[in-house]
Amino acid sequence: MFGISDPGIYMAYLLVFLCVIFAVVYGIINWNKE
Amino acid sequence: MNTFVLGLIVLAYLISLTYLGFKGYKKSSTDKDYLLAGGEIHPFVMAVSYGATFISSSAIIGFGGVAANFGMGLIWLTFLNMFVGVVVAFLFFGRKTRRIGHKLNAHTFPEFLGKSYNSKAIQVFAGAVIFIAMPLYAAVVLKGGAVFIEKIFEIDYNIALFLFALVIAAYVIAGGLRGVMYTDALQGTIMFASMIFLLIWTYKTIGMGFGEANIHLSEMASEVPDKLRAIGHMGWTSMPKAGSPWWYTLVTSLILGVGIGVLAQPQLVVRFMTVKSTKELNRAVLIGCVFILATTGIIFTVGAVSNIFFMQTEGQIAINAVKDLDKIIPEYIKAAMPGWFAAIFMLTILSASMSTLSSQFHAMGTSIGRDVVSTLSKKQRNNTRITRGGVAFAIIISYIICYTLSISVIARGTAIFFGICAATFLPAYFCSLYWKRTTAKAALWSMISGFSASLFALLFMHAKESQALGISQFIFGKPVLFDKMPWPVLDPMIISLPISILVIVVLTLISNDSAAKNKTVLA
Repeated sequence: MFGISDPGIYMAYLLVFLCVIFAVVYGIINWNKE
Repeated sequence: MNTFVLGLIVLAYLISLTYLGFKGYKKSSTDKDYLLAGGEIHPFVMAVSYGATFISSSAIIGFGGVAANFGMGLIWLTFLNMFVGVVVAFLFFGRKTRRIGHKLNAHTFPEFLGKSYNSKAIQVFAGAVIFIAMPLYAAVVLKGGAVFIEKIFEIDYNIALFLFALVIAAYVIAGGLRGVMYTDALQGTIMFASMIFLLIWTYKTIGMGFGEANIHLSEMASEVPDKLRAIGHMGWTSMPKAGSPWWYTLVTSLILGVGIGVLAQPQLVVRFMTVKSTKELNRAVLIGCVFILATTGIIFTVGAVSNIFFMQTEGQIAINAVKDLDKIIPEYIKAAMPGWFAAIFMLTILSASMSTLSSQFHAMGTSIGRDVVSTLSKKQRNNTRITRGGVAFAIIISYIICYTLSISVIARGTAIFFGICAATFLPAYFCSLYWKRTTAKAALWSMISGFSASLFALLFMHAKESQALGISQFIFGKPVLFDKMPWPVLDPMIISLPISILVIVVLTLISNDSAAKNKTVLA
């Protein structure tokens, strides 16, 4: 996918993407917030 | 772009920095203002300042050049920069550091460690390590900025270096951390915007989309030089051959060394204590992650893709076309980008260098001024004046080291410092937050053993440094102590961090002292 066949590189891009998704969701949910 | 327009852009930039530095100076009347920016910084300023401090010209020029050589495997470092450097750092380290730091009234990272363990020895040792090791990191960043100014303005390297150091010295010494963070926010914004443009223009220049460029780059694997193929290089869209020297260098030095070392960077940890609540840290997670993606994610991708550009225009890959890793990105910008963007990118490099350097100088100055001199001195002194003197001294030391550096040293110098910080500080820092039983003795010996093991590995085991320094050759008659793989290519942090962890765990477990006797009660 996206011209990348090496699973090591593909996984790195995937994790970067997931990390951004997490940061955006976490940031929005906890924007005004044990 | 002519020199007059270039001069105008730089002048506007310098006037902006002067204004922000002066604003910091006007608001810095107490120790807390100078050392912690008053402890009430806006989350945007904090997050962008953290990112801009973290991402230096070393990341853009040094690691961008490394990406041109190693390929897209460096994207693993982007992931670690985001996940470890922002998510883990802010949520698992930052929140507790902020709260405990406020309670202990700590103003610097060594002071935080010292007060956590109720030990002046820890504070002084941590301050001394920072002051001894950080000038190397500062010098490689200073060199990165000066080399770029030299190439763009076509002026003498010595003049570029002097002027560059002078401008940073002015606003760090005057404005303290508040001046540093205000200017960081401006510099980070410039970095973010120009990186987005760089990504778009790169794919426009080579005439391909992301997927098409990756396919083309995969097909270029046959262009890998034989000497690199022999040590494990498999192409720019593949990880190196597992277990090869190329793999060990990429994974242990460049990815793990920097990716984990970020957690114990003194100039970054202090950022957690500049905000007044966990709300700011929650917001900073989003801003910080997006910033790191837009800087390292883009430059590592562009670095790898620059091989296509050099192949199209010069018929050879980047490292063959430019020779020096540290000059690949500057040459690429000059050749591939529009003239006006070269000037904007110059501001980006200046911003990346200055935002990191200002924090390094501030951290070194506070280490020698507040953590070593003021702590050891029995007299009551003017701390801010001592710290300002420490900053000036740190700048002079870094400036001198610049003249001893060889080529292609920027990324390696960064990795060395991050590794030393991880081995020396990380176990003691983690335990100060999460293991109340840890004793001051265990923490101090962990720091001493981590630092000593790092130095030993650099001097006698890791081939790149031990061969260059020649101490192992002089004492043992061979360039490295153990020449069996993977020891000569294993990053020192992979050896020294486990030793440091082992020492703190074992000494704490065998100690009869209760935590209450050794540590300040935090609850």
